[in-house]
Formats: sequence, structure tokens, C-alpha cells
Amino acid sequence: MQSIRGRVWKFGDHIDTDQIIPAERLTSDNIERLGQFIFEKVRPGFASMVKKGDIIVAGRNFGCGSSREHAPRALKQAGISCIIAESFARIFFRNSLNIGLIPIECHVDAEEGDIVNVLLEEGIIIDERNGQKFFFHKYPPFISDLIEAGGLIAKVKERKRCSELQ
Amino acid sequence: MRKVVPGQGKTISEKILSLKSSTDAYAGDFVEADIDYVMVNDITGPIAFREFESIHCEPLRNKIVLIPDHFVPNKDIPSAEQAAEMRRFARKYGISNYYEVGRGGICHQVMVDEGFVAPGRLIVGADSHTCTYGALGAFSTGIGSSEAAACFAEGKLWFRVPDSISVRLEGHLNGFATGKDLILCIIRDIGVDGANYMTLEFSGNGVQSLPISDRLTVSNMAVEAGAKAGIFCPDDRVFTYLEGKVKGEYSAVMPDEDASYASEMFYNLENIDCVVALPHSPGNVKPVRDVNVEIDQAFLGSCTNGRIEDMRIAASILKGRRVHPSVRMIVVPASTKVYRQALEEGLMEIFINAGAFVSGPTCAACLGGHMGVLASGERCVSSTNRNFIGRMGHKDSEVYLASPAVVAASAITGKITHPNDIV
Repeated sequence: MQSIRGRVWKFGDHIDTDQIIPAERLTSDNIERLGQFIFEKVRPGFASMVKKGDIIVAGRNFGCGSSREHAPRALKQAGISCIIAESFARIFFRNSLNIGLIPIECHVDAEEGDIVNVLLEEGIIIDERNGQKFFFHKYPPFISDLIEAGGLIAKVKERKRCSELQ
Repeated sequence: MRKVVPGQGKTISEKILSLKSSTDAYAGDFVEADIDYVMVNDITGPIAFREFESIHCEPLRNKIVLIPDHFVPNKDIPSAEQAAEMRRFARKYGISNYYEVGRGGICHQVMVDEGFVAPGRLIVGADSHTCTYGALGAFSTGIGSSEAAACFAEGKLWFRVPDSISVRLEGHLNGFATGKDLILCIIRDIGVDGANYMTLEFSGNGVQSLPISDRLTVSNMAVEAGAKAGIFCPDDRVFTYLEGKVKGEYSAVMPDEDASYASEMFYNLENIDCVVALPHSPGNVKPVRDVNVEIDQAFLGSCTNGRIEDMRIAASILKGRRVHPSVRMIVVPASTKVYRQALEEGLMEIFINAGAFVSGPTCAACLGGHMGVLASGERCVSSTNRNFIGRMGHKDSEVYLASPAVVAASAITGKITHPNDIV
């Protein structure tokens, strides 16, 4: 797995998926443009400030609430490369893995605008402003395999191909 | 992580996930388990359909349940297109478990009404409140759309077997206290992430006294404490409830006496009274009489509290009374079955005579979709499950979560009110 380097946007605890993308945007005509609506109710204009590769650093229980896969998809479409949070709501965590938005469970004391470097292989996050290091548990093998495969659908396709070849 | 001794007893979650994966699984293990049913709704369906079609295979038709409920009857052109996508998918693949508008209702109520849910089953749904079915002793949990697509193709999904919190209930509920008040108290006590990645497993003498409708409400909101599942030990009341309703055979699963739990909690149901969750967290819970808030809207409905028992208790309070002149009351039964029964029992007439708006089944205003969206500064007392910022409309609106009894009493007085103060 590669490393991820990006600019930090800070969020608090219990950021719910209604905040990430409100229900009224959840129609199929929006599926490819969800990114423009992220945090529109609570942080208007946020989508236009995000640059490709930016990283969200949040507190506890990020992505709680609705199961809407639109939430991690919206963040990814907006350019967010990775979410670092003290903890994640479980459905958001699973959805993120499946759509290629990396969720990392770690407490990070970065400030908004800091550049952080996430070393996925080593399990280390470095804040480039002050060199401070934060350590996280690497994924269990099952989860690493899922990420390496490119998410669950990619894995299913691979399995289907293999069973056809046999 | 708990240390597991070989042969150690199992929780309901460990047992169901072991059976469904043909492994000897304990909390913390990763398993691939066979699912009995996978459900999607009109919002989560389209992504699942597109992901599924990218796999190029035949779906496991009989495991799939398609229920439009969030933005139907179509509230605008995009939601019409979205609902049409589900209808087309059902036709294209010959999926008979599709519940058209007027013949279904809110997905979780339909899953229960139509007998998909039974003890011991493993059911997933692309809707976070899929955990509702734990009320009947099933392991059920919310998943994403891509995961639903994978289930369409393979009929199985990976799970990390969750730890369980044992919630022991004693006694019985009194007066106007309901399952809604119980689960709000639990969320208050453990926090909105207090059961993250875990199952809330309910047992004890108090379970027997708790009607199925209250259990459904409790399990429904387990996810509001972060729980993966909220499972009641099934009893005779469940088996009776399922007679003539359930599809196929089932085999109930009970926890072992020596099962190991992450923690234990005790609730004496006698001590539960009406409570309200204030904005903007389901864990921000206060006794009703401590809350002095005027309201603009009272909403009765949703997968949490849109059942016939909820309609009955609200109607009993509203009978012969009027909704306050400055309040709109909106009543939305959870399914066509509930709607018909409420009509037959004369409940709809009571609501209409009281000055309430009554509609057919849909998720409606619960998630700010339609039929009761709030304007800036407006406040709604609601029998729903979430009061997040902007959940029911404008970001500066407020939602107060409460039981149907509190919703009805508050609709009459125009401010959040304990039912005992007017009845």
C-alpha cells in the first residue's frame, strides 16, 4: 500500500452522514456529482475549498447515522483521499473500504491546513509542520486484502471470473 | 478483545454468525456468512443495481427484497427516475419481492409484516435501521449499496463477529412509558457510539412483558448507539407473533448461559418514564417535564414508531381533543397493513377530527425528504429516530425525538408535554 500525503481539514466528534450529504441530494441523477454537496448545510462552500488529495482529521464516531454509501462516495468525489478519525461508525467504515476512501483509526493532533503524511505500510502519520508522529494499528489481513483488491465489488468480480475459468 | 476459552458459550450474534458461516466463530473473528435476505430501498438501490450490473452475473432472486419507501410516492422528477430504476431492475431480473407504492410501506415494517424476519436468520439491508429485526431474534444489520450488490451476486457477506453488551431488563413498563423511552435512556447512558461495532443483546424477565412493537422500536434505534445489531432473546410472544406470517421455516437461537459479554447493563422497566432527545443528538436525553419548548410540528410515523400500537396510543390521547392551532400534526402509518388496520379501528377518523394530516405509508419527513420538511427556526416533536442538524429540513430547524404518546400530547398543547399532564 502506498503512502498518502495531503492537507488537513479538521472536524469534531459524531459527524453524521446527514451532515456529509443531506438526504435531499440522494437521488440517482446526483450519483456522479455528489462531491459538490459535501457538508453544504453545516460548512457551506466547503466542497469548493477542497483540493484533490486533502485529508479529513476528525474525532469519534465519524460517519454515524444513515447507511448511505453516498457519504464516502461524495467525499471521494470532492477529492478527499483519506479520513483519519479516532473512531468510525461501522457502516461508514465498511462503505469507505469498498469505494476506495481509506479510513484510518487514529488520534491525530494536527491543525487545519497542516500537511500530513500517512505511511500505510508502517502505520505512522507524520505532521510535516512539527514532525510529530502518530501511530495506528495496521489493518487485519482480511481488510488489507479487501483494500488491495479494490473493494468488495472488485473482489466479487475476481471470484466470479475464477469460478468461470474453472 | 476478550480472551476466548475453547468451548466457551456463545452470544446470539456468535451463534448465528457461526451457523451461517459454518465455522466456530467468536467475537473478533472475520467470517463470510450466508445471508437469508438482502433488502434495498429507493435511495440505496440505484447504486446497488449499477454495481451489481458491473459484475455481469445472475442475481440470487429469492434472497432479494426491493422496497421503495424514502422518496415515494415520487416527490419530484429525480426521485421518480430513481424509483423507476428500482422498478426496472425488479422486472428485468424477475424479482418478485418488490413492494410497489400502496402495497408495501416503510421497508423495515414491510420486512416484518411480510414474514421475511424470523429468529435465527441473518438479514442485511442497505438502510441503517435494518437492525430492527433483532426484535424477533434475527441478526440483522445495515450495510452499504456495494455490499448489497455483492449479496445479490453471491448471497454472502463478510462480517467481523461483534462483541455483545448484555442488557438485562426487569419488571414492566408503566403508564405512558414505552420502548422508545427505554432505548432513548440506553443511548443517553452509553452514548451515541457506546455500542459501536457491538451487539446490544436484550434478555431478562422484563423482555416477556415487552410487547413486540416496543421491542421493534428498541432494536430499530440500537444503531443510534452505534450498535451493529440489537437482538432480543426470542420468546413465546415472538413465536405467536410469527404464526401465519413468517415465510418458511426458522430455528430460534438463544445465548448460552456461559456466553461472554463485553459488559452488562441492567434496566428496571418500572423506572422508565417519558423522555425526549433534544437537538442535535439522540443521546441528548431529558425527562419530558424538564423540557419547556414550543413546537410547530408533531410527526407520528417512521420505522421507529409508525406501527398500529403507536397509532392507537396517539389516537387514545387525541380522541375528543384538537391539535393546537399553531401546530401541524402529520400522521404517517408505517405500512399499508398498519394503515388499513388504523382505518378499521377508526383511528384515522380520530386523527382527522383532531385536525391532523393523515397520509399513506412512506418515510416522509423523517429524513427531510417530503411531507413535513421544516423551515428555518421551526421545531418538530417527532416519533422518528434521528435529530441531527438539518435532518428534517433547514439546518436551523430542530427535531425533538419522543414516543408517540408524547408526540400526541405535545400536538394538543403546542409544547412538549408529558401525556399524564393532559390525560
